[in-house]
Amino acid sequence: MEFINEIKRDVLSSVLKTGRRADNRGRYDYRKIVIQPEILQNAEGSALAAIGKSQVMAGVKFDVAAPFPDRPTEGVLSTSADLLPLASDLFEAGPPGDDAIELARVVDRGIRSSGTIDLNSFYLEEGKVLALYLDIYVLDHDGNLIDASALAAMSALLSTRMPKVEDGKIIRGEYAGKLQLKEKVVSCTFGKIGEQTFLDPSLDEEKGMDCRLTLSTTSTHLCAAQKGGWGSFSERDIMELLDISFEKGKELRAMLK
Amino acid sequence: MNGEVAKAPELYKDGRRLDGRALDELRPIKIEARVLNDADGSAYIEWGKNKILAGVYGPSECIPRHDQSLYRSVIRCRYNMAPFSGLEEHGKGGPSRRSKELSKVIKEAFENVIISENFPKTQIEIFVEVLQSDGGTRCAALTAAAVALADAGIPMKDLICAVAVGKIAGHMAVDPSKEEDNFGESDMPIAFSLRTGEILLFQMDGLLTKEELAKGFSLARAAAEKIHKIQVDAIKKVYTEPKEERLLLIK
Repeated sequence: MEFINEIKRDVLSSVLKTGRRADNRGRYDYRKIVIQPEILQNAEGSALAAIGKSQVMAGVKFDVAAPFPDRPTEGVLSTSADLLPLASDLFEAGPPGDDAIELARVVDRGIRSSGTIDLNSFYLEEGKVLALYLDIYVLDHDGNLIDASALAAMSALLSTRMPKVEDGKIIRGEYAGKLQLKEKVVSCTFGKIGEQTFLDPSLDEEKGMDCRLTLSTTSTHLCAAQKGGWGSFSERDIMELLDISFEKGKELRAMLK
Repeated sequence: MNGEVAKAPELYKDGRRLDGRALDELRPIKIEARVLNDADGSAYIEWGKNKILAGVYGPSECIPRHDQSLYRSVIRCRYNMAPFSGLEEHGKGGPSRRSKELSKVIKEAFENVIISENFPKTQIEIFVEVLQSDGGTRCAALTAAAVALADAGIPMKDLICAVAVGKIAGHMAVDPSKEEDNFGESDMPIAFSLRTGEILLFQMDGLLTKEELAKGFSLARAAAEKIHKIQVDAIKKVYTEPKEERLLLIK
């Protein structure tokens, strides 16, 4: 299919030169975003985020676990992503592949390094902490799964109820207030074809583009980044795209309640 | 449950079950067809607190080729529970023995009704994701998968559906909830082709007399008639009220 992607690249490149996209968006416009928080009752937190035709669900579960030996007072945050076979004929059932692992790790880094979750508050007693499992469930794939996953994850965390804990055990179905968060982390993913950059690549654009750049931000800081693909960015590109990320981040944060 | 034996609640009292239902009463069921963009067919079902998504691909080229049949399409099914679907601890990754068995029996039910001889050398894939579970997920999964197959335009001899019957506090009852299944005396999921009356999925555990089995069949068949109507309405709605975009809207 290599040659089809080559043709896509040519077409996308010439369309971008007009200042518009194949679906008539501007270069730095998102597709329509729909976020639904609190959609599940058994999970402690949940949300569904759609960007265009990409749909991603996130679920949060708590368990009691042993802390990492080098951080005995810190809780555990574990993020994983499933590219479900019903989401795309490109996905197969089975253990997570490179793409799923990269997706989970990029989302995880944004949340972790922003410090939005105070993992010290998950300490229960010596050798016992709470573990937060964040599962990203990709239901429909039309490109830019990273931003959709980050929105679903953040929205699920914002809706997360803390489990009630007694004698070092979780009492299922009972809760003790909401998970406290310090920041709303959002990510902006850009594609690049030739010298032209654009926000929120669709699946077609992903197939034709040279590389992508994800910038996760809080309202004040860059908190995670990931470059993917064979192409390259200049320092100036990255500085410019960071400005756009902060700008777009405001809009995304406003959608997260 | 943390190693302790949970105390059994009173399952049937004054003609009402734990959640207030009568013995022949189903939990509320809602089906929405065509909720995914990439899958050839899809359906989302809410059955009580169960929330399940089904997606279908095919008929498409059967890969690997040594699985191909010269005579018919190969039907595949994957039933999977999301790690956050239960109220208890976080689920483990990968298919369990339970989910492999359920995938198999659901697939075999569909092998009866899909007119697979129309599509030699191809495969039809059915994927079911349990997003939230509350007892009776295999029946809800099969019911949603049937709608997803119809949405994909795959020719079938019938639109099949499934429902379980259980024995709770000595009474036969339709559509047991998770608690009724856990503390009841018997559980019996059944899938029907109502057009012919045939039974396409049949499992049972616990203890039943022959009379109780007969009572279970009649309860299940009456409930299946209602479920079938909800399935047909869901498929009709795709055409009578076409949507501009396919979006999974929950609750």
